[in-house]
Amino acid sequence: MAHPSDRKYSKDHEWVSLDGDVATVGISDFAQSQLGDVVFIELPEEGDSVSADEQFGDIESVKSVSELVSPVSGEIVEVNSGLVDTLETVNTDPHGAGWMIKVRVSDAGELDELLTAEEYDAFITEG
Amino acid sequence: MTERLDHTPSVAPVRGPRSLIFELGAPESRCVEAPAIDVPLASVDALLGGRARTEPPALPNVTELEIMRHYAHLASMNFGVDSGMYPLGSCTMKYNPRVNEDAARLPGFTGLHPYQPEETAQGALELMVGLSDALAEISGLPGITLQPAAGAHGELTALMLFRAAHTAAGDPRKKVIVPDTAHGTNPASVAMCGWEVVTIPSDARGLVDVKALKAALDGDVAAFMLTNPNTVGLFDPQILEITEAVHAAGAFAYCDGANLNAILGKARPGDMGFDALHINLHKTFSTPHGGGGPGAGPVCATAELAPYLPGPLPVAFEAGGFGLGWPEYSIGRVRSFYGNFGVIVRAYAYVRALGAQGLTEVAEQAVLSANYLKVRLQDAFDVPYGATCMHEFVMSGGRQKREHGVRTLDMAKRLLDYGFHPPTVYFPLLVDEALMIEPTETEPLAALDAFADAMLAIAREAADDPELVKGAPYTTPVRRLDEAGAARNPDLRWTPPSHGIR
Amino acid sequence: MRYTPVACEQREAMLRAVGVSSVDELFEVVPAEVRLTAPLDLPDGIGEIELASHLSALASANTPAQGLVSFLGAGCYDHYVPSVVDHVLTKPEFFTAYTPYQPEVSQGTLQAIYEYQSMICALTGMDVANASMYDGATAFVEAAFMAARVTKRHRVLCSPTVHPEWQNTLATYAESGVVELATFPAVEDGLTSLSDGARGLAAQLVGGDVAAVLVQSPNFFGNLEDLAAISRVAHESGALLVVATDPVLLGIMEPPSAYGADIVVGEGQGLGSGMSYGGPGLGIFACRTANVRQMPGRIVGRTVDVDGNRAFVLTLSTREQHIRREKATSNICSNHALNALAAGVALAALGQEGLAGIARTSIAKAHYLRERLIATGRFSAPWDVPFGYEFALSYDGDVGEMQDELLSRGYLAGASVADIEAEWPTGVDEQLAERLVLFAVTEKRTRAEMDAFATEVASL
Repeated sequence: MAHPSDRKYSKDHEWVSLDGDVATVGISDFAQSQLGDVVFIELPEEGDSVSADEQFGDIESVKSVSELVSPVSGEIVEVNSGLVDTLETVNTDPHGAGWMIKVRVSDAGELDELLTAEEYDAFITEG
Repeated sequence: MTERLDHTPSVAPVRGPRSLIFELGAPESRCVEAPAIDVPLASVDALLGGRARTEPPALPNVTELEIMRHYAHLASMNFGVDSGMYPLGSCTMKYNPRVNEDAARLPGFTGLHPYQPEETAQGALELMVGLSDALAEISGLPGITLQPAAGAHGELTALMLFRAAHTAAGDPRKKVIVPDTAHGTNPASVAMCGWEVVTIPSDARGLVDVKALKAALDGDVAAFMLTNPNTVGLFDPQILEITEAVHAAGAFAYCDGANLNAILGKARPGDMGFDALHINLHKTFSTPHGGGGPGAGPVCATAELAPYLPGPLPVAFEAGGFGLGWPEYSIGRVRSFYGNFGVIVRAYAYVRALGAQGLTEVAEQAVLSANYLKVRLQDAFDVPYGATCMHEFVMSGGRQKREHGVRTLDMAKRLLDYGFHPPTVYFPLLVDEALMIEPTETEPLAALDAFADAMLAIAREAADDPELVKGAPYTTPVRRLDEAGAARNPDLRWTPPSHGIR
Repeated sequence: MRYTPVACEQREAMLRAVGVSSVDELFEVVPAEVRLTAPLDLPDGIGEIELASHLSALASANTPAQGLVSFLGAGCYDHYVPSVVDHVLTKPEFFTAYTPYQPEVSQGTLQAIYEYQSMICALTGMDVANASMYDGATAFVEAAFMAARVTKRHRVLCSPTVHPEWQNTLATYAESGVVELATFPAVEDGLTSLSDGARGLAAQLVGGDVAAVLVQSPNFFGNLEDLAAISRVAHESGALLVVATDPVLLGIMEPPSAYGADIVVGEGQGLGSGMSYGGPGLGIFACRTANVRQMPGRIVGRTVDVDGNRAFVLTLSTREQHIRREKATSNICSNHALNALAAGVALAALGQEGLAGIARTSIAKAHYLRERLIATGRFSAPWDVPFGYEFALSYDGDVGEMQDELLSRGYLAGASVADIEAEWPTGVDEQLAERLVLFAVTEKRTRAEMDAFATEVASL
């Protein structure tokens, strides 16, 4: 699965796509393939605030745990709480139905720091 | 369903798990009944102040035959050291001598209550002192506690000793340094001790990056935890420089003794500048793993740290006889009673059987056998470190992954079909697709060769028929499991049919 | 050469294959300053016949409880171990097996532990149990740490009637600062005092910073605590209730779940492990489903394999040290799996009726002995509260001398509370503690033995 070019990516392997001042965040296809089958996810709550480069949750596979790191700062306006019952979606559709949180961003400029799909693909190949 | 080509009838019982013990028997089935009550008995409920159960607990009701058949079947699904080789790096799965088992079961030991007057437990106390003295000699560290019930427990105990010493010196510290190759229990023990973990990278040779260590050592560091030989199977020759640097910063040097099997009688952690060490009796000293435990993790410490040891300790009196005493500034207790005595008996028997010469031969053979396997396997597999190794070595399944898409996990599962337990896999984290192999000294040469032959055959299978390897195992009681499903929808206990909603 | 099968010629062949002329070359990496040049100063190794004889002599230098009539409990109980237990434990596929990390060849261990977990849930009334911890004392500590994680609070309140050794262990671990330990100080009538007032339980809980109230029932004195009241007060303040209990008594006594316990722990030695001078025992640990991700220790779960067959596997492993490292729920790695197996076999052998019968007979005999001892006129009851099969009485003379004399007549006359309190106080009045003796009576004691014992006491 290629990384879609309609969004930005962080070096922590999250993607973010902006619509107005609301950013949707999830993990990249590369991240889910490294993780393996997702068995547990811990997400924050609506109303919580997040900061760029800070942890907003946890995601687990059978044999690993990864921090979910937010690429943007702001207030969480929606959480994909249905994900808890359909964890496989993170593996099968990480860029779509596998979205995790929606954030009303406090500084849209933060997205300029992030990588394009091309830059992200290069980043993961080097690593 | 897999086709069974051995003509097993389809209605024969499955090889894998069958009934749970709860699904056997009948309500009136009995095995052991309580003795008749020979005293007056009023209402138990009244005696318990109204706390009698209204419903009996959902325990099995089975006859003795059903019990023995049940556990016979369970045993048949299990692999043990008696079944075959476990080349598990850093686990030292050596043979468990039977005379040790008999000793631990002597009624003179099993029937002892820990609070019996010391004069009625002189043999037990003498044994504990005997093992303590032997461990002091083997480790080069005089202060011994046999209390810790496991290696991790020993690690935590030693960290507590360090804290007590720092506090007594009016110099409380906050951090512990561990290398990136450390076993997970090391950082976990640091956290349980209330301290912060600082991880330093290993160098390209797989050894401690001494520059990085020195850069990390400051006045807040309580200790540096190291395994030597380390978890890539190498003895770190920088060890004296390392412990010196640690001491210069006012910190303590801790030795994780998991790999002690490599240096028994050849070198002593106390002589390397370590201040404390834990020993895994269930690794180096042949006590059985029991499917996960019980083991024991005695701690050996310097004379400076000995006054802080947990109590009570078994002591030999100058005038003769044995008893229990508390070190002067003891940190307190880390568990109830004195230690895993049954495990201690087995380890003592082992030490007495081998003596100095026998223990030295253990290390020599363990190291030779590991090097032999390395030589047999190093052409077919990537071996990232060292011309020679100690009692274990790390190799990588990286080549098989790159060239054939076959991972270490797949090869490990295929090894089960060859009748071997796999090596330690995916540890240390430093090596991609790691396989850590430790044969131990108790494997015959024929077993070593058979293991090497199996690994080479699997490497060939990976090239010729990768799908075969990826689908392994085929011949075990169960095949690959849905571990993701187990974690997503945990089913952690049998629920009786009449049970209400949780 | 005892356990090393490689023969001389084979060693030579291996050395050649490795490309060294002697094994010493493989140790050259060890710095000379550190290499031993002389053999270790240990007694020479001995063969099996001499070894067996030596060990036998050490065992014979003890007087085990079997050689005495024992009324000694205080945290370690002389319960009957069914014959089948050892016959199962000595199967090499169980005791020589490694941790079941490769489930395909470990279904025996895994299923046995799953069954053990189920039995612990049945006894305690809790939703989930782990695969064992080291002993009751360390399980108790881990419960306190878990409560701190679950509630995100820092203080834990431990009742002074908990076994002194467990309190000592908790205090030692609490030095880390992971939890802050507070003991509510009052013991009233051999029980945790629930009186109102500045030092009472409720007062300690004001402030909402207590993660857990830790209580033991039956407590160190054998008395049954008022768990309903303690639970109410604890939960009102948002603290978890941790109850330490006796698994044998749970055969007939209401489980702690009936009082809303959040975590239940206990010493499982009485279920199939024997006394063995205090170890290895069995740390029982159970909790509610909601908190399972904070539970320490290994857990076995049920699943299927690729062929759809029933199978068992270690699961929820991301809680553990090998994955979470410094963020793990505990540093525990090796546990007491074989003791858990022993407990499972013992419970299967006893069954519902057997365990209830053991508990019932122990309770009946203990109450009988207490009456007989009081009737001698030498012992008096310091309190009159419900108890199981252990109780404390106050002696009218020197406890140590009494025990020494009765030992010479073939009895282990209970445990001296003052001796045990020497390492950690229980909050009972010091003068009373000097006189208190703790007696435990299990199913192994007969009426004749108890009558004879009472006669000896009366003659002192």
